[in-house]
Amino acid sequence: MLEPDGPETRSMVDAVLTMARGVRWWIASVMGDNAYARYLDHLARQHPDRAVPTEKEYWRERYSAMEANPGARCC
Amino acid sequence: MTTDTELVRTDPEQPPVAIRQRVPMTPTARVTYLVIALLGGFAWTMVAIIRGEEVNSVWFVLAAVCTYIIAFRFYARLIQYKIVKPRDERATPAEAHGNGKDFDATDRRVLFGHHFAAIAGAGPLVGPVLAAQMGYLPGTMWIIIGVVLAGGVQDYLVLWLSTRRRGRSLGQMAREEIGTVGGIAALIGVFVIMIIIIAVLALVVVNALAESPWAVFSLLMTIPIALFMGVYLRYLRPGRVSEVSAIGVTLLLLAIISGGWVAETDWGQSWFTLGKVTLAWALIIYGFAASVLPVWLLLAPRDYLSTFMKVGTIMLLAIGILIARPVVQMPAVTSFAIDGNGPAFAGALFPFLFITIACGALSGFHALICSGTTPKMIEKESQTRMIGYGGMLIESFVAIMALVTAVILDQHLYFGLNAPIGLTGGTAETAAAYVNGLGLSSPPVTPDYFTQAASDVGEASIISRTGGAPTLAFGMSEVLSEVVGGVGLKAFWYHFAIMFEALFILTTVDAGTRVARFMLSDSIGNIPGARKFRDPSWRFGAWTCSLLVVLAWGAILIMGVTDPLGGINTLFPLFGIANQLLAAIALTVVFTVLIKKKLYKWAWIPGVPLVWDLIVTLTASYQKIFSPVPAIGYFAQHNAFAGAQAAGAQKFGTATSPAAIDAVVRNTLVQGTLSIIFASLVIIVVIAAVVVCVRSVRAGGLPTTEEPDTPSHFFAPSSFLTTPAEKKVAAQWAESGLDAVPSGTGGGH
Repeated sequence: MLEPDGPETRSMVDAVLTMARGVRWWIASVMGDNAYARYLDHLARQHPDRAVPTEKEYWRERYSAMEANPGARCC
Repeated sequence: MTTDTELVRTDPEQPPVAIRQRVPMTPTARVTYLVIALLGGFAWTMVAIIRGEEVNSVWFVLAAVCTYIIAFRFYARLIQYKIVKPRDERATPAEAHGNGKDFDATDRRVLFGHHFAAIAGAGPLVGPVLAAQMGYLPGTMWIIIGVVLAGGVQDYLVLWLSTRRRGRSLGQMAREEIGTVGGIAALIGVFVIMIIIIAVLALVVVNALAESPWAVFSLLMTIPIALFMGVYLRYLRPGRVSEVSAIGVTLLLLAIISGGWVAETDWGQSWFTLGKVTLAWALIIYGFAASVLPVWLLLAPRDYLSTFMKVGTIMLLAIGILIARPVVQMPAVTSFAIDGNGPAFAGALFPFLFITIACGALSGFHALICSGTTPKMIEKESQTRMIGYGGMLIESFVAIMALVTAVILDQHLYFGLNAPIGLTGGTAETAAAYVNGLGLSSPPVTPDYFTQAASDVGEASIISRTGGAPTLAFGMSEVLSEVVGGVGLKAFWYHFAIMFEALFILTTVDAGTRVARFMLSDSIGNIPGARKFRDPSWRFGAWTCSLLVVLAWGAILIMGVTDPLGGINTLFPLFGIANQLLAAIALTVVFTVLIKKKLYKWAWIPGVPLVWDLIVTLTASYQKIFSPVPAIGYFAQHNAFAGAQAAGAQKFGTATSPAAIDAVVRNTLVQGTLSIIFASLVIIVVIAAVVVCVRSVRAGGLPTTEEPDTPSHFFAPSSFLTTPAEKKVAAQWAESGLDAVPSGTGGGH
C-alpha cells in the first residue's frame, strides 16, 4: 500500500496527469483546435508586419483554401 | 559498446539539426526483439500449423502485432539505410516553403494521426470480410506479409519521393520521371480508378442500408448533425473542433439509439424502408450536393466526425477482441479458395484473394495521400519511415481485425449474409436450404436460425446483405456485446458498426467526388479555349464538372444495384483491380527513380512487390476479360446473356425477365471495357518506365527531379519515441532560446 502523500503516489499521479495532458494535446492537435494558435505563431515569426486575423477570419480563410484544394480521403 | 554519433549542424551559431547515429542494439533491446520474434513465431504456429478445432482470434492479433514490430524495426530500417538515406539537415518542403497552411511542419505524432485518418477508410474493413469465404489463413497471410513487403514499402517510398519533390502529386511525378506518355496514362488511370472506387464504396453503403429503416434513419440524421456542427464552428465557436466533434458524436449515438425506436413505429417503417435503387439515387444527389456546397457546411464537419469515430471505434474493437477472445469458426482454407466458385466473389485464390484484399495489404490509393498532402507537413526526412511505413502497418492491423470479425461468425451465417439473392432466394427457408447444401463443416441450420439472428440485431432480414459491411457489423456486434451490454445491446452495436462504416464511406464519397471534380476541371482547362475551367470559383465550371463526376460513378452504382448477378459479386473485383493497378503505377515510379539513381542493388525492394502486383493484377484482368467461365469472365457472361437475348429468352441464369437479361448484357460490356482500359493504361506506364530504365542504365544513371538541398534550421526527433541522443539535442535547442520549431525561409511570400 502506498502512503497517501508519499513521493511514489505523487510521482504516479504526476505520470498519469502528464499522460492525460499528452492525450489531450494529441487529440486537440489532430482535430485542429490548436491550428489558430499555431498560425499566429507562424505569423509572429515569419511575417510580424502582417495584420493578425481573428480566429473567425482565420477559419473562414482556411475553409476557403480547402474549397480550392480538397484533400483526398482514402478507401 | 561503441556508439557512433555524429551531430550535424547547418549553422555554427545553432545547435545541431540532425543526428547521424549507428547505435548497436543494447542487450535489453536485443532480448526484447528476440522475445517479440519468438512470440510472433509461436502465434503464427498456432494460426497456421496447429489449426486445431478451436483457433482463438487472439493469436491473429499477436501474430500480426509481433510481425509488424519486427518489420518496422528491421525491414523498414533496411529500406531507410539503403534507399531513403534521410538527411535531416535538409529542409523538408514544410520547412522550406512553410506558409502556415498547406505547407506546415507538423509534430510527427500529430501528422501520424492525420495521415492515418486519411489513408484508412472502409477498404480495409470490407475486403478482408469478403475474402473470409476462402478461409481465415490465406487472408491473414496476405494481409500481414503483403503489408510488410508491399504496402508499407509503397507508402514509405512514395512519401519519400514526394517529400524530396516539394510534395508533388503522383501524377506529376510520373510525368516528370517517366515522360509525358506514361504521365498522361497515369493521370487518366488515377481518375478512372477514383470513379470506380467511389462507385463500389457507394454500393457497399447502399447494400448496408437497403430495407433497414433503422440504419437509414440514423445515417440520415448525420446530415443535420454535420450541418449543425458546421454552423457551430462558423458562427458560434470557431476553432473548437474537438468540442464540436464530441457533441457530434454524442448526437450520433442518440441518432443510433433513436433509430431503433423509429424503426419500430409504422411511420418509421414506411418512411425509412428504402429500396436499393432509391438509395442509390439519394446517394448520387447527396454526392453532387456535397461537391458543390461550401466545405465548412458539410464536408469538413463530417470529416471531423469520421476521424473521431475512426480512431475511437478501431481502438474499441481491438480492446473488444482482446477481452472477448472469440473462437474462429471458419476453416483455415475452404473449398471455394481452390475451386473458385465462392458466392461472395468468383475466382480462385490466385489471383482473386490478392485483388479482394487490397487495402490493408497493398493499396494504390495511398500513393495519392503519400504524395501531395502528407509530405507538405512532415518535419524531417527521417520521419517518413514512421509516417509512411508505420501508418500502413496500422491500416493492416485494422484489416486483420476486420478479418477476425468475419471468421468468428458461424459459417452458415456468413454465407447466408454474403451470397447474392439469386442464390439464397431471399427467404429464411430458401437461405437455410442453400447454406446447408454448401457442405460446410459446421452443423446445418434451420430457417429459424436466420430469423433469430436478424431479430437479435433489430433487422427484418439479414439474408443476402452482401458488400461486407453488414457482416462486419454482425461480427462487431458479437464481439462488443460480449464486452458491453450482452445480447440486449447487440442491435445497438450492429447499427453502431453500420453507421461507422457508412460514415467512412460517405466521407470518401464526398472528398473523392471533389478531388475528381478538380482533376477533371484541371484537365478540361488544358484544352485551348476552356482555360476558365481551371478557376475553382467559377460556378458553372464547378457544377458541370461535379455533375459529370457524379454521373460517372452514379452510372456504375446504378448498374451495381440493379445487376441481377449481385453488384458486389461483379464490381468488387473491378475495385480491387483498380486499386492494385494504381499501386503498380506508384511502384513503377519508385522503381524508375531508383534505377535512375543507380541504386541497382536495392531496386528489388520496390521491384519484388511491383512484379508480384503486376502478375496478380494482369492475371486477374486477363481472366476477367478472357475467361470462358461466365462467372469469372465479363465477356463470357456477356456472350452467354447476349445469346439468350437473341433467342428471346424470358429468363436466363439469375436474370428473371428480359429486362434483367438486357441489364446483364449491358453491364458486363461496361465492366469488361473498364477492365481493358485499366490494364492497358498500366501496361503503357510500365512500358514507358522500362524504356526510361534501359536508357538510364545505358547512360550510367539519369538526373531525377529531386529538389536541390536547402539547409534546415531546426531539430525534431525521428520516430514514435524520442531517443536519449535526440533528447539531448532538443534540450540544447531549448537552452539556446532559439525556436525548436521550424522557422522556415519564408519562400518569398
